[in-house]
Amino acid sequence: MPIFGLFGRKNKSSAAAARERLQILISHERQNRLGPDFLPDLQREILDVVKKYVAVRDDQVSIRVDREGDASVLELNVTLPEN
Amino acid sequence: MAIVVTVTSGKGGVGKTTSSAAIAAGLAQAGHRTVVIDFDVGLRNLDLVMGVERRVVFDFVSVISGEASLNQALIQDKRLERLSILAASQTKDKDALTEDGVGQVIEQLSDMGFEYIVCDSPAGIERGATMALYFADHAVIVTNPEVSSVRDSDRILGILQSKSKHAEEGGRVNEHLLITRYDPVRVDQGEMLSKEDVCDILAVKLIGVIPESKAVLKASNTGFPVILDAESDAGMAYSDAVARFLGEDRPLRFVTPKKQGLLSRILGGGD
Ligand SMILES: Nc1ncnc2c1ncn2[C@@H]1O[C@H](COP(=O)(O)OP(=O)(O)O)[C@@H](O)[C@H]1O
Ligand SMILES: [Mg+2]
Repeated sequence: MPIFGLFGRKNKSSAAAARERLQILISHERQNRLGPDFLPDLQREILDVVKKYVAVRDDQVSIRVDREGDASVLELNVTLPEN
Repeated sequence: MAIVVTVTSGKGGVGKTTSSAAIAAGLAQAGHRTVVIDFDVGLRNLDLVMGVERRVVFDFVSVISGEASLNQALIQDKRLERLSILAASQTKDKDALTEDGVGQVIEQLSDMGFEYIVCDSPAGIERGATMALYFADHAVIVTNPEVSSVRDSDRILGILQSKSKHAEEGGRVNEHLLITRYDPVRVDQGEMLSKEDVCDILAVKLIGVIPESKAVLKASNTGFPVILDAESDAGMAYSDAVARFLGEDRPLRFVTPKKQGLLSRILGGGD
């Protein structure tokens, strides 16, 4: 009965799925926590400026701060629409 | 100064009150004068778990508001002479817990000679919880091996690292991870996050793993901290956790599936 094999131990367990989802989510949430307090305001204002020129959705602009040694790097990502 | 140990988690129902009662009783058993405070204003439970519900006259909030003295409000445990309980108020709202008020109570308890102040935090990240966190020297993060509990624990770690008194003063709260309601059989079958998974994700030093245990309900039904059930798996696991907290090195127990004998497998028992 091969169908049992599909759900057996060899396949990715639900615990492994939980671990992966948590790793991604928590590293993201920690990034946001570490960022400076003005980050959400900065993101909103940048979004407004970008919107003046191109039609982007809110979730197409992301901003984050990474620590690299004693410097911080501000990373801005804007996904522009195809046309 | 007394050492403030806050038992916290973010998520509700994970075992904070069970753990607060066990840890406070364990510290008292080890010879330390200990008081356990219920910060869950409006929804008190610690009194029931400790079996003192009929002896509560004054509570934490009545002390803060000046209605009663600490001596009037403290309930001396009948089993452990070094253990006292300060119950939460059932009527007042959580805004009654002010930073000054809580700080003064902690100071007075120190002056009275208590060595450890165990704070049973409510769920959530509102006033009761943040007040319990604010004064912490040590935080015991109670986490179930389950996604939302782990995520909430991480949020609490963030608050400890930014909003606690120690953090404000440029220091750090001592963090300890306590995994509760652990089921080694389900972990083995890939149905539950393992202790290694939880430790890796949260990156906090593990202080103990408490198995899912029938002894916990039995203890709360009758009103005593489960650590006093010295024969039970949960009781022993809590004793180990307290010993580790006090600096002892002890191996983990009850973290692998019980080997079932042929007979118990046939009879289907095994507990
Ligand atoms: N190790 C355990 N095994 C079995 N049941 C547990 C265990 N720890 C806690 N519980 C049960 O889970 C419920 C919630 O526990 P409690 O300590 O009140 O959590 P919290 O204070 O975090 O809300 C209670 O019914 C308690 O008996
Ligand atoms: Mg509770």
